[in-house]
Amino acid sequence: MSSTEGPAEGRDPGLQPERTRLAWRRTTLSGTVVAVLAVKTALHGGTSPLGVIACALCCALWLGFLLVAHRRIGVLATGAGHPGLATRQATMAVLCTVAMAACGAVLVF
Amino acid sequence: MIEFARNVRLWFAPQEVREEGHTPDYRFSLANERTFLAWLRTALALIGGGFAVDQFLPDLRWGWRVGLALALLAAGVLCSLRAVNHWVRCERAMRHDQDLPVSRFPALLSVVVAVVAVVMVVVVLAGWEG
Repeated sequence: MSSTEGPAEGRDPGLQPERTRLAWRRTTLSGTVVAVLAVKTALHGGTSPLGVIACALCCALWLGFLLVAHRRIGVLATGAGHPGLATRQATMAVLCTVAMAACGAVLVF
Repeated sequence: MIEFARNVRLWFAPQEVREEGHTPDYRFSLANERTFLAWLRTALALIGGGFAVDQFLPDLRWGWRVGLALALLAAGVLCSLRAVNHWVRCERAMRHDQDLPVSRFPALLSVVVAVVAVVMVVVVLAGWEG
């Protein structure tokens, strides 16, 4: 084990931070699929004002999720001190998901 | 139910989880985080499934289509709320050196998914007949 690796000193051989980073990426990708499906639903059945609002809200929520994931990936990439996931971030990610589902209910109905 | 309300309070008060017990090995925390993300992906997949039912089964009667879609969306909401709740519970258990919480949710979700799948097959077959 050389100590010249700088921030990667004491690097976990299981690459846990990297795997967690990729998990955030996968989750963002899933969110993207949902957002795209929401846009498709909104455009499909003729554009009503309510549908357009719900669709725009969905896209904004996707951006919110992207921001949370981006922040978390940035923290994991520096690898300094290995701070855990803040509860606020987890709650924000979940709230974005729940609100997306609510927009979906409006779009479907 | 009181336990759940306490956990909900913890979602919005990040410092409180940090102050309890001792900080576990960061790898355990990261593993917990990945499990949380996996559940969140499951939730997103259910929500996407709700959209898909609405979009790709246009021949279905309105009631069935919207009912199935809303059921899947509701399952997605439940799944994501449960994801953050379970994450907080696991985090606290690790901080206090307790056993990880057990849960009926995975079994419940798989039964619900199986039922929805069977209903979808039946409804699609019946829908095409009529």
